Amino acid sequence: MKTNDVILQTMTNVVLFIVLIFSIFIFFNGHHEPGGGFIGGLMTSSALVLLLLSYDLETVKKVLPIDFKIVTAIGLLVAVGTGMGSFLFDAPFLSQTYDYFTFPVLGELELATALLFDIGVYLVVIGITLTIIQTIGEDK
Amino acid sequence: MTNLMIWPILIPLLTGVVLLLAPKRVLFQRALSLIAGVALIVLNIFILLSIHQDGILTLELGGWNPPFGIVLVGDMLAALLITTTSIVSLPILLFSIYTIGKEREQFYFYAFYQFLITGVIGAFLTGDLFNLFVFFEVMLISSYILIVHGGTKIQLRESFKYVLVNVISSAFFVVGVAYLYAVTGTLNIAHLSERINSLDSPAPILTVIAVLFLIVFGLKGALFPLYFWLPASYTAPPFAIAAIFGALLTKVGIYSIFRTYSMIFTHDIGFTHQLLSILAALTMVIGIIGAIAHQDVKKILVYNVIVAVGFVLFGVSTMTEAGFIGAIYYVLHDMVIKGALFLLIGAMVIVAGTSHLKEMGGLIKHHPRLGWMFFTATMALVGVPPLSGFVGKLMLIQGGIEAGQYGIIAVMMVTSLLILYSMIRIFLKGFYGQIKLLKADQYGSSKGLLLPCAFLITVSALMGLGAEALYPFAESAAKTLLNPEIYIDAVLKE
Repeated sequence: MKTNDVILQTMTNVVLFIVLIFSIFIFFNGHHEPGGGFIGGLMTSSALVLLLLSYDLETVKKVLPIDFKIVTAIGLLVAVGTGMGSFLFDAPFLSQTYDYFTFPVLGELELATALLFDIGVYLVVIGITLTIIQTIGEDK
Repeated sequence: MTNLMIWPILIPLLTGVVLLLAPKRVLFQRALSLIAGVALIVLNIFILLSIHQDGILTLELGGWNPPFGIVLVGDMLAALLITTTSIVSLPILLFSIYTIGKEREQFYFYAFYQFLITGVIGAFLTGDLFNLFVFFEVMLISSYILIVHGGTKIQLRESFKYVLVNVISSAFFVVGVAYLYAVTGTLNIAHLSERINSLDSPAPILTVIAVLFLIVFGLKGALFPLYFWLPASYTAPPFAIAAIFGALLTKVGIYSIFRTYSMIFTHDIGFTHQLLSILAALTMVIGIIGAIAHQDVKKILVYNVIVAVGFVLFGVSTMTEAGFIGAIYYVLHDMVIKGALFLLIGAMVIVAGTSHLKEMGGLIKHHPRLGWMFFTATMALVGVPPLSGFVGKLMLIQGGIEAGQYGIIAVMMVTSLLILYSMIRIFLKGFYGQIKLLKADQYGSSKGLLLPCAFLITVSALMGLGAEALYPFAESAAKTLLNPEIYIDAVLKE
């Protein structure tokens, strides 16, 4: 008999977005408070793992047709690329800088190039975690 | 120009990352790896020459001054080692293109090969102890994957042991770093050296930490009694992978002992370096016993890797200029010649279809070039004068005499003789003797396989013939190791 997962799946649909938003919050918060690319990436992948638990692998692959190995590679490229960005300014590798910008709705914000490096870390963590989980999960 | 020192790390890293994007396009993978290999050689030679001209080059990552930030230090020793690494890794890459097989190539083989080189070069260049640990892990994690890559039964079994041993030794490394940080409050190698050497009465805890680091690097570099994992792990993977392991991986452990035992832990030479010299002698003995005892060509070669570790570390333990020059010569020679011998033995096993000495014979009839190349490589390994092994051993003996270590010199001489015996036995039984296989029965040809071997043997011969030209480089590297002030001044800029 096929089990009925309606409660689990409905709750997942609600909770998923809360977890995703919280992970993005944590990710952007890393510069001044606890958080950052690693923990943010883990939390995003935990949201996707929740999706995997309540639906099955094929459904998730249909919803997110992403090759996570490519995500890892892109993350690495972003991280190394931000380090190499300093070459343009004749500064040592991995130099960073920050400045304040005023945005229409959000007001004045501090933007640092370290955030770009964190995006790389974030993508690598998501890519690696989901590659591991999908590879172990697949029957072959 | 500011960022010159990061490029030897960036080239293999970026190549590896780009190779991750298209795993199934084998031709693209091969071409890009080869181009990156050639580019790395050109760049490293350029760096070597500029260091020879201008002295030590440093790069403060992120613009943070040492000791607060991470600094990459290119002194002569590091430059010689990264140049040799790039020169050795290209022919092994070429050999793996011929032998590794489509199945493996399509599953990220070249990407992990590049990451392994990233780790090795990073470990040679870094000037920070924790960064050294990180590059060790980059190198080791790639080597875990390469050792199990393909998933045959023997690889699975041996990789399990290999990973277990290395995880434990990495944990010891972290503990050692933690102790050292608790005692000195810094992790920058130059700053550590300055702080420890300025102490009037160094605490015994520093000697304990020195021995702890000897355990860690001895496990990575296969020093007696910590060599037990090496023979089985290095015979499990395919020859191309075993060659890169034999040529590079143990050398990183040796380099770390070089660095720490000449720059950081020099406060109690009587104990630490005595210990090192005894362990080096025992490593030679145990390695040569293994090399003579085995009938399997792979095993004979693998035990010879262990012997070389003993030779180099004996040079370090003498703490004399001649000893250091000898150790540097020998480690460079050994990287090249072990790469060549692994490839030659690989070609031999492919041709003969077996790695057991009793089952092969008469190969020279159909493979004369392979046979004579093997003979030349053996002579270079033993240290016959025109080839590369000679100068290193000569200087090691000179350093040993200066330090008064006559007993260990005697062990070294006897070991050298027995190396000749263990290797020439392969030549006499495998290449001469009764022909066991008809030409029609022989597996494949050695056609493409000989080119990388010939390249490495040429490099070895050039290193022997051009020993005079190489000498100023080795001398300046030894000077920096013996006078840490040069290194400290270059890094901390006082």
